[in-house]
Amino acid sequence: MSEDLWSERDTNPDAIEAALREMLRERHAANQALAPARVLNLVVVVDRSWKGEIANRLERVGRYHASRTILCAVEDGRDTLDATAVMTYEDSASGGIGVMRETVEIDMGPEHLAGLETIVDPVIVSELPTVLWCPHGHDDAVCALRGITDVMLLDSDDPSDADEALAQAQDELSRAYVVDLAWLRTTPWRERLAASFDPPARRGSLAAIDGFTIRHQASSTASALLLAGWLASRLRWDTRPLVLANGAGLRGRAYTHTSRYIDIRLETADQEVPGLAGITVTAEGYALSLDRASGGLRAQETIPDHGEHTWLVLGASRGEGGILGEGVRQALLRDPTYGPALAVAREFMAHVG
Amino acid sequence: MQSAGVATDVEQDNPLIEGLERLPVRPTALVIFGATGDLAHRKLLPALYNLAHEGALPERFELVGVSRRDQEHDDFREMARESIERFSRRRPDPKVLNGLIDEMRYVPGAFDDDGVYEQIHKVLRDFDTQAGQELNHVFYLSTAPQFFPLIAGKLGAGGLNRERDAETRIVIEKPFGYDLASARALNAEVLDVFDESQVFRIDHYLGKETVQNLMALRFANALFEPVWNRNFIDYVQITAAEDIGIGGRAGYYEGAGALRDLVQNHMMQLLALLTMEPPTAFDADRVRDEKLKVLEAIVPPAVSEVPSMAVRAQYGPGTVGGKRVVGYHDEEGVAPDSRTETYAALRLHVSNWRWAGVPFYLRTGKQLARKITEIAVTLKPVPHLAFQSRGSVGVQANQIILTLQPDEGVSVSLGAKIPGAQMRIRPVNMEFRYGTSFMSESPEAYERLILDAMRGDATLFTRGDEIEALWGIIDPILTAWAEDTTTPIPQYAAGSAGPIEADALLERGEKWRRL
Repeated sequence: MSEDLWSERDTNPDAIEAALREMLRERHAANQALAPARVLNLVVVVDRSWKGEIANRLERVGRYHASRTILCAVEDGRDTLDATAVMTYEDSASGGIGVMRETVEIDMGPEHLAGLETIVDPVIVSELPTVLWCPHGHDDAVCALRGITDVMLLDSDDPSDADEALAQAQDELSRAYVVDLAWLRTTPWRERLAASFDPPARRGSLAAIDGFTIRHQASSTASALLLAGWLASRLRWDTRPLVLANGAGLRGRAYTHTSRYIDIRLETADQEVPGLAGITVTAEGYALSLDRASGGLRAQETIPDHGEHTWLVLGASRGEGGILGEGVRQALLRDPTYGPALAVAREFMAHVG
Repeated sequence: MQSAGVATDVEQDNPLIEGLERLPVRPTALVIFGATGDLAHRKLLPALYNLAHEGALPERFELVGVSRRDQEHDDFREMARESIERFSRRRPDPKVLNGLIDEMRYVPGAFDDDGVYEQIHKVLRDFDTQAGQELNHVFYLSTAPQFFPLIAGKLGAGGLNRERDAETRIVIEKPFGYDLASARALNAEVLDVFDESQVFRIDHYLGKETVQNLMALRFANALFEPVWNRNFIDYVQITAAEDIGIGGRAGYYEGAGALRDLVQNHMMQLLALLTMEPPTAFDADRVRDEKLKVLEAIVPPAVSEVPSMAVRAQYGPGTVGGKRVVGYHDEEGVAPDSRTETYAALRLHVSNWRWAGVPFYLRTGKQLARKITEIAVTLKPVPHLAFQSRGSVGVQANQIILTLQPDEGVSVSLGAKIPGAQMRIRPVNMEFRYGTSFMSESPEAYERLILDAMRGDATLFTRGDEIEALWGIIDPILTAWAEDTTTPIPQYAAGSAGPIEADALLERGEKWRRL
């Protein structure tokens, strides 16, 4: 990869946009096999002291880079804009086309946030969807950019209060499409549960589920709630708020339309990485457990009169970088099941929060 | 709170699959015949690893390799590891790789040996016992084509063709037949053992994203369909050019030639997708019904008409990419008097209401000027031109170019005014490139197709009647070329755009697009 660089102190959006245009023009003139990526804009608003860490996270998203990333770094006491624009491109040795991506870092002060739209709007590629990610809060930036935001990227596992995080996600969902990294942490679990109950012989067990336990890292309560909310919403259970279980997680019940109840437990697990550690689903003597393991998920199934079977469900860990990359990619898709799962997750927290 | 949502009756559908990108695949045991061969080595095993990496394999997945090579399970596992490490499109995660490889089994033996099938039967039963359920079975025939009927027959004789509560499928690699008669015979032999719904005839071209995108482009855009007919389209050229020779594949290529190698399958599939009517739904039989209809509308030439609608040629010595290369006859393993074509060009007509009178030109060849696969649709010129063309290249007919490789994308050529005081026009391009418009890397075609076969989705596989229709179009050309043993085969210089004789196919003064 190679890159072209432009920077200017005490600059303005017009100058940044002009610099980007000029860099594109010059690079294309030098090598016509280069073409700019045109998928989406990603606007990130961060505290300047954490800018490096966020930039590192964005570096680790694998192949799911936004076409144009605008990193707004907010620093107390600053009243001017300093900007750096970097154009990264592949040296196309094979004779094919090379793709160019642009990253703009703008250092700004808190007072710029109220009018942030007037800074960011001229710099984004106007015909592309724009994703906004504010990992450090910055509600004023969220408000200011609402008019140009198509997708809100957030992580309900980030704030320490899961109820507050889910409430915020629901609030944002009423205004824009939301991609929630906490939800994406549940994806392999949802896929595997769907697969486990997909064979016709197993399908009937879905209607007979009488309990499930979700094990999660302490900081990933929102992920666990979203997975529980997904099961409940997909299976159309009548849900009730969960209660704290003597410091050992959350407990509660949901009910089927025949008033049969389902025991629900969310338990914290000793796990280094964020996300879920395991799930056990029971249905009238049948039990399926999925737990994180080396190289995938360790599955254990108990079938009445057929004993116990254990196997490895293959799949590489995506890591937090991979989940962020997945978040960027998901901005182009639409998942109709997140909203209902989120609504139930909030209902679960009605008495806890 | 009563949950909102779109869940359906849990007794009937699986409500958990809504919204998932990766749909479940039932627990499956995959048996690869020819598991030590080149295709397994380069494509199938790496594809399986990538599916495992992404968590896309069935939750319970078992792999059995079958081949003549006498070796142990561990030898096969080591071979599989090397294949994956060398050819996977991503660096393997050792944990996933070990998880995949550790459970692989190997059954050695000749394909005509009943003992092999007994062993396969036993291994599959063991898997079922371990799993506590009957796994689906997929038999993948990645062998030399002469073994296809033998293996299918032996699977039937061994009772492996129809299973109990689970499903059984057979995937058959190309070439499916050598000509119309052999394709019919092979179909009959396979369908004597398996139902059509169990048979997945693979053409990996159909698994490519850009080939599938042909349908999206045509049927998801109001822009193109109104002009997609004889009223607006003047002619179409489909090109599959390669800038390499036959490499070490003389043994295969001498018996195949360009017509069988690329035209009968890949290029004719492109033609079918380009010209078929919109299917009412995107499912296997509706799509394949439409493809069959349009293939049946291509009237096969009489043998006597072949010289006027088809050209064959062989590459001679030349320069490719600055390197001197030998001609076809000097390639190792090629007979000095070989008449096998390394280049084929055809002119076809689709005799239906939509396409009557539109010529479709197909060309493919080895050792050409560059590697490119594209479909060029040329529209008719505007009926009246008010602009002068003096001082410029003038107004040219619009073209829609669908590029499949090397850079997947679509471009549309338009006439635009050259800046200046005069109204002078030149063609400009509007381009869409996959690489710039999507973040995700296209999966290997084999990943998609293996998964579809395990899932039982035959949309991207060739149905029996379709394959016979494809051979039916090509068969008279094969016959004519086989019968003509005296006319000299035209030669073209390696690194060139092909033989000059191909120009004679162009009906109305058109030109072949520059490679």
